[in-house]
Amino acid sequence: MLSWLDANTATLLNGFALAAVLFLVAVGLSLVFGTMNVLNLAHGAVSLTGAYIGVALLGQNAAASSFLVAVLAAAAIGLVIGVALAWLTSSVGDHLRQALLTLGIALIAGDVLAEVFGDDVESVPAPAGLDGTVVVLDDPYPVYRLVIIAISALIAGLLYVVLERTRIGAIVRATVADRTMVEAMGIRTSLVLGGVFGAGAALAAVGGLLAAPILGAQPGLDDTVLLLALVVVVIGGLGSLRGALVGAVLVGQVQTLGVSLLSEYASFLLFGGMALVLLVRPRGLLPAKIGSHA
Amino acid sequence: MSTGVQSPTSSTRSARVVPRVCFGAVVLLLAGLPLFLAPYPIGLAGRILAFGLLVVSVDLLTGVTGLPTLGQVAYFGVGAYTAGLVGIHATSSAAVQLVAGSAVAALVALVTGAVAVRTSGIVFLMVTLAIGELTHQLADSWSVVGASDGLAGIPFVSVLPGGAPLVLPGFLYWWVLAVFLLGMLGAWLVTTSPLGRSMRGVRDGEERLRALGQQTYPVKLMAYVVAGALAGAAGTAWTAQTRFISPGDIGFDIAAFALLSVVLGGAGTLWGPVVGAAVVILVRDWLATFLDGRGALMLGILFVVAVYALPRGVAGARWRTHRTRGSAT
Amino acid sequence: MSIRQTDQILELEDVTLNYDALTAVDRVSMRIRRGARHALIGPNGAGKSSLFAVVAGHLAATGGRVVFDGMDVSGLNEAARARVGLVRTFQHSSLFLGMSVLDNARLAVEPAKGRPKRAWPSRRADRAVTEHAMRHLDSVGLADRRGTSCGALSHGERRQLEVALVLACEPRLVLFDEPTAGMSAAETQRFAQLVESLPAELTTVVVEHDLDVVFRLADRISVLAAGRLIADGDPAEVREDSAVREAYLGKPRSSEPLFGGTS
Repeated sequence: MLSWLDANTATLLNGFALAAVLFLVAVGLSLVFGTMNVLNLAHGAVSLTGAYIGVALLGQNAAASSFLVAVLAAAAIGLVIGVALAWLTSSVGDHLRQALLTLGIALIAGDVLAEVFGDDVESVPAPAGLDGTVVVLDDPYPVYRLVIIAISALIAGLLYVVLERTRIGAIVRATVADRTMVEAMGIRTSLVLGGVFGAGAALAAVGGLLAAPILGAQPGLDDTVLLLALVVVVIGGLGSLRGALVGAVLVGQVQTLGVSLLSEYASFLLFGGMALVLLVRPRGLLPAKIGSHA
Repeated sequence: MSTGVQSPTSSTRSARVVPRVCFGAVVLLLAGLPLFLAPYPIGLAGRILAFGLLVVSVDLLTGVTGLPTLGQVAYFGVGAYTAGLVGIHATSSAAVQLVAGSAVAALVALVTGAVAVRTSGIVFLMVTLAIGELTHQLADSWSVVGASDGLAGIPFVSVLPGGAPLVLPGFLYWWVLAVFLLGMLGAWLVTTSPLGRSMRGVRDGEERLRALGQQTYPVKLMAYVVAGALAGAAGTAWTAQTRFISPGDIGFDIAAFALLSVVLGGAGTLWGPVVGAAVVILVRDWLATFLDGRGALMLGILFVVAVYALPRGVAGARWRTHRTRGSAT
Repeated sequence: MSIRQTDQILELEDVTLNYDALTAVDRVSMRIRRGARHALIGPNGAGKSSLFAVVAGHLAATGGRVVFDGMDVSGLNEAARARVGLVRTFQHSSLFLGMSVLDNARLAVEPAKGRPKRAWPSRRADRAVTEHAMRHLDSVGLADRRGTSCGALSHGERRQLEVALVLACEPRLVLFDEPTAGMSAAETQRFAQLVESLPAELTTVVVEHDLDVVFRLADRISVLAAGRLIADGDPAEVREDSAVREAYLGKPRSSEPLFGGTS
């Protein structure tokens, strides 16, 4: 067991690194769905936008400080996009049409990004000082990936505190559980939704940027990221932070371990895993609690 | 009091003649296309028909059963790749490829659908999107089917046993037209059957239907398998004419365009989405040549416009949100 | 399989429903006689809706059994219970709006008389289903509206169709879910007349808020409060019951008439 762990340390850590990125992207998708039942199919495009922000702002040997600027820029732009999406979807009647609207926007965004940045794979360098390797269990491992894991864990912790311990968080959780009840209490849920959408999109953009030194930026990446985020949300459960975390870790590990063990058949594994979860728990592993029907 | 079976609309017998004459005229027109169109437009028409049948399979789920889906490309791909593999390794009989492709697609639909139809509404849309994309990724990485290069060098199909291969685009087109008409017939038969009634019942009020004594899971699963078979048949028709199938043909954008075609054409009518499919393909392949190939952009815009312009949304589908009991519709 | 008394059409044995920490239904036991006009009342939050959902098969009880006409139906889902004659109505109109009146009726008849999952059309086979459907439509006066789309019906016609659909299931027990909610006085009258005109062997169980309707129609009343059954008897007994007073009024007020002369 230990020797297996030793031999596969890099893969396991890669799994966590992927999980870290997926968590950042999926948590917004999950919470937006939980609060307003909107399936945001433009979420992958938001993440790709974050990656391209990195392409635009960071040249070779970018200092850690300019990387930070890029992260803030991605968060800000993501926030604006998210709020805009919230406003657009709120004017549309039913949830399917909202999903279709975001789908159309995703197609447009994907095309615009390809138009502006070209069809080739663009790379983003890791920030200077973090682009080396460190020895983990006798093998070198990129520092940057460990940093991503740490950042993501930190953000997860922050989100947990906000959701569980602040009034805003309580309102968000209540909106997920029973929106009409919250409306009846006099709280403008449209503001809540705008906020959740904005924050979720900001996280997705940051996630895309952070992933860029590893995954690069190219057309089609938005579809891949969207797919993985959806699987995370379906497996983890809708509308919950813990669900997104658990789902991200599972998908991240299955994807990396699966590819390294089964190469071409990794898709089967992800398929199979999702199917298995849905068979046993159609709402996912840790869905948010909805108000009782009594 | 007459107890004859009534058509679901309030049209009288004579008023049903007009649509039938129209339908006959359209079929004749479609059949006559090779007589006055050049090879490139004929190929385009054939691709429209194959994509059109895929779109019909989407409509069967989205418009008739109320299950909007982004996953039918998966079964289209299964049918197309199966036909290609059969063509390369076994036989170039078009009929065998059609049956094999449809059957394998139906089987895959049964296995995946058994899990997928346990969900509903937006979650179902998510699951079908995942199914579609995972199939796309599988096609992209599996060496057996050519991975990212796809399956090339598929021999021309032949229709008659031991007969000459269909090399002329006109003949290939007629085969595709035949498959398309067969598929439409199948779809129409299902929608006018008791199963079709049950499917529409699921769309208009699944909870109510259950309260009347109907188990809805088998209904949805059967609809899913039939749609899968249709998509598979469409895939075999695609392969027969293009003689090449690659992961790019079954990507997320194709799934989106298929759903867009249904929304544009009018969900639930079967023939409307075919018109929508024609519009989508023409915009993307023909109009886009005038705009430096920005096909996806145009279709995205079309999507956004369609969403705002359509008053009742797709099939007026009632969403199963987590309503508390007793809340107004 | 034990043969039970056929006198009781519905028996609830210690039925319990828990939502995590909340107990919505707390060991409720009831017996309902065949042909009874039974009502289930209780203040808001008493658990009536939850009990209704459990009996209808919409929710699975966390404890206890539901026995319908001698058969344990606890494991059957909503559709299966409807097939054996335990049928529920909906509080808000829930017809198949995109389909014709006749198709709506056919959907109700098909599970019993047809093959609802047959994937090819057959005029001959459809004839039996259509005949039955037309008969039910006829009995509510909607026969000549058979080709009309449901969405085009008037409010009153929709109510008629709802009734036809329920009766087309050939139920042995009908569960009414707050049927007079949102009804005008005239409509409430019509509903009461409808229930009174139902065949005597058909059992009706009505979950209701409108106590006037309840006391007019019911020959037996069960009262729920905080998930428990606190009273179960004929209208006169329930009217006098102090526990019921307390549940509705908060504390016992002996001089206050409970169910008389209130709005």
